[in-house]
Amino acid sequence: MGNSYRIALAGNPNTGKSTLFNALTGLRQHTGNWAGKTVSLAQGNVQYKDKTFNLIDLPGTYSLFSNSSDEEVARNYIVFEKPDVTVVVLDATSLERNFNLALQVLEMTKNVIICINLIDVAEKQGITINERILTNRLGVPVIKISARNKKGFPMLLDTIDRIVTGAIECEPVQMTYSDDIEKQIKKIEPKVYELVGNQLSTRWVSLRLLDGDEKLLNEINQRFGQRRQHNEYSTVI
Amino acid sequence: MSIPKIMKLVNGEKGDLIQITSLNLDGVMRRRLLDLGFVAGAIVEVIRKSPLGDPIAFRVSQTTIALRKEESSQIEGMLITDGE
Ligand SMILES: Nc1nc2c(ncn2[C@@H]2O[C@H](COP(=O)(O)OP(=O)(O)O)[C@@H](O)[C@H]2O)c(=O)[nH]1
Ligand SMILES: [Mg+2]
Repeated sequence: MGNSYRIALAGNPNTGKSTLFNALTGLRQHTGNWAGKTVSLAQGNVQYKDKTFNLIDLPGTYSLFSNSSDEEVARNYIVFEKPDVTVVVLDATSLERNFNLALQVLEMTKNVIICINLIDVAEKQGITINERILTNRLGVPVIKISARNKKGFPMLLDTIDRIVTGAIECEPVQMTYSDDIEKQIKKIEPKVYELVGNQLSTRWVSLRLLDGDEKLLNEINQRFGQRRQHNEYSTVI
Repeated sequence: MSIPKIMKLVNGEKGDLIQITSLNLDGVMRRRLLDLGFVAGAIVEVIRKSPLGDPIAFRVSQTTIALRKEESSQIEGMLITDGE
């Protein structure tokens, strides 16, 4: 299916991801986030122009550093399953909190839309958000919606469409860290490249390894180690 | 001028506003607290304290979050407003 694209929905709990998912797909999914539950990802399709957008409702989390299985599932999906676009859904009334996850996603992957939801509630609270300034600073499209009132959907779908066709090029802002950390990144990035090539952001992987993320290293070894063995095997044949 | 009172979050009383100065934790626990908004400079409010002080509910970055004693005893801050 050349005209089908995978669109992942990420975000903090209670930002309206499922409301958005249901409104766009016409499905009625309610996936709870309680601990211990096997995480199953709700999926549904949206037709737009000549395309099918396959939406994936990722578990809601405050972070993607795999402190919990929900975070691991969401992180692994974004990094290893590589959706065509990742839409981060934010609560307009608590952007400070919500940007923790949003900025993490911008470090992990390129094609990102920042989708600021609950804009109706924010307006009632006297909060105004300038999405143009945010778009400029973040290097990716920022869109305001109200999922419950189905407001802002045409803009969101059009932006997804433009990203998958290449009409919009995302250039997520790069966080700069202290000189010491930047030096360490430079040092290990070539080794990381040998391991993951162009498959993952070497900068992001380097940062995670410097942070001692062993789970990620295991995941990479499992996924990429096998592939490499397989390649070696096939060249022997 | 009074000297700012440095205290541990675990010793906060209902209504106190405390500005976080440091987290004396490492690894996943530290990461989790940072992700929840317990970062240096953030102002948290003590919302509710259970009789034995464990857990304590804090208002941090527009969300209420309960911490166990092991966590709240490792976070230090400056008392900004006394709840009483
Ligand atoms: N007022 C308002 N409420 C919304 C909006 N979007 C979602 N909600 C409500 O926010 C709550 C959480 O939504 P939900 O979709 O379950 O969030 P999720 O945890 O991110 O999947 C529900 O009560 C929704 O009805 C919106 O745009 N405006
Ligand atoms: Mg949901």
